[in-house]
Amino acid sequence: MFTISPAPLDPGRLQRQLGDERAGACVTFEGWVRNRNEGQPVLSLEYEAYALLAGTEGERILAEARAKFDLVGAAGVHRVGHLQLGDLAIWVGVTAEHRGAAFDACRYIIDEAKARLPVWKKEHYAGGATAWINCATRGDHGGPAATLPPAS
Amino acid sequence: MISVHVQYFAILREQRGLTTETLVTPATTPAALYEELRARHGFTLPADRVRAAVNDAFVTAGATLRDGDRVVFIPPVAGG
Repeated sequence: MFTISPAPLDPGRLQRQLGDERAGACVTFEGWVRNRNEGQPVLSLEYEAYALLAGTEGERILAEARAKFDLVGAAGVHRVGHLQLGDLAIWVGVTAEHRGAAFDACRYIIDEAKARLPVWKKEHYAGGATAWINCATRGDHGGPAATLPPAS
Repeated sequence: MISVHVQYFAILREQRGLTTETLVTPATTPAALYEELRARHGFTLPADRVRAAVNDAFVTAGATLRDGDRVVFIPPVAGG
């Protein structure tokens, strides 16, 4: 199951939901909010999702992983809202009889999720400037799609 | 002319200043509707960097819009 969550993610609880006596391997991925992007110090991140389509696209990615790899279980959650440094932004977990399939499937799911889920990220920088990541246009002088803070 | 419901996210929501609106348009495809809205509201993203979804499913830019459709334009994604 792939879900979008406005509430903080609890990786222990998420992993326990994958529990299955057939599984001999569990691989999880946690994406955290880090303090730097392309050389710029980042203070916090806002995530926004088209939740309905992100959920169905996430389910599609999980189904692809189940078809490609020999899995027992697979699940993912993407957090939305205003996240602080160190917060968990995305969690992916897979179980399989053996570790090879589990590692490969986990990598597949996180790579596809980053490329395909309708989820957007706005970085907040020191000084109040913000930028929607990947939305820069030529008028922005080559940098991220930065907007200046409101005049005070 | 058809009536469509448009929902905005992320940079488009901020540039439009709205989350949703219902409008009457001569556009018959998501591509034509995006160009109409871009011209009216000054969206910075060119059409070739925006995907479209109709009634909560991805569609091609040239798909046919019908009266009452719910349309979402999807800026470049950045999850994870």
